[in-house]
Amino acid sequence: MCLAARERFGKEIEDMRFNRRQAMAIGIGGLAGASLLGVSGPALADKKEADEAIAKFTGGKTPIMGKVKLELPEIAENGNTVPIAITVESPMTAASHVTEVLVLADGNPRPGVASFRFSPASGVAEASTRIRLAATQNIVAIAKMNDGSVFMDSKQVKVTIGGCGG
Amino acid sequence: MAIKPRIKLDKKEAKKGDLVEVKALVAHIMESGQRKDAKGETIPRKILNKFTCTVNGKEVFAADFEPAVAANPYIQFKFKAEESGAVVLTWTDDDGSTIVGEEAITVT
Repeated sequence: MCLAARERFGKEIEDMRFNRRQAMAIGIGGLAGASLLGVSGPALADKKEADEAIAKFTGGKTPIMGKVKLELPEIAENGNTVPIAITVESPMTAASHVTEVLVLADGNPRPGVASFRFSPASGVAEASTRIRLAATQNIVAIAKMNDGSVFMDSKQVKVTIGGCGG
Repeated sequence: MAIKPRIKLDKKEAKKGDLVEVKALVAHIMESGQRKDAKGETIPRKILNKFTCTVNGKEVFAADFEPAVAANPYIQFKFKAEESGAVVLTWTDDDGSTIVGEEAITVT
């Protein structure tokens, strides 16, 4: 389900709960309250999942802002296909190069988007593709260097029409 | 059904050490596994989950795709020209099948 749809659904339940509370016993109101928690649950799980994916990728290190440049439109009219470009500053020599870049979207049903693997043979750490975004959210790109250091960049994209084809 | 990817190199002939830009587009539904059909049943996931580019068998770029990659995936990247040969792009489907495209590069 789209995050947007989920939010809408959540609101409806909230309204319903309010009406029910006026008309029915508190026990039923409590039940609706529990289902409200159930609706908001997955959104929180996504954030947690994203954090877990970052921790797994970095090996527990905190990524430093910088070196990575994430290019995305500020407003995406159609979340079904959003262009994304990643550039990482690096000499790309055998001694110092980018090994992997992970892209995450914390507001999608699943946070993983893509990962790119580079080597000195790449010459430059640059890649672009097109992605799906379910709702307005932050996109994060984390780059891992061959010496184990991690850098990141993050950008918010406003999505007018979600791209989950619900 | 054989799907033919569209591949474009920004130069066919490069000097050693030059950066060659590759743009590739492949027709694929990239079914996310999140959508439901008219009966409300989840449509099973079917995406291209892996992409690799090799020059003369040596990997120069690779990527893993998740369902969040848009349908008809487009990918653009660069590699450093070292030797003449075949630039082979391979996409791997969830079902294990592959889509392969090839371009030649001349390095002087």
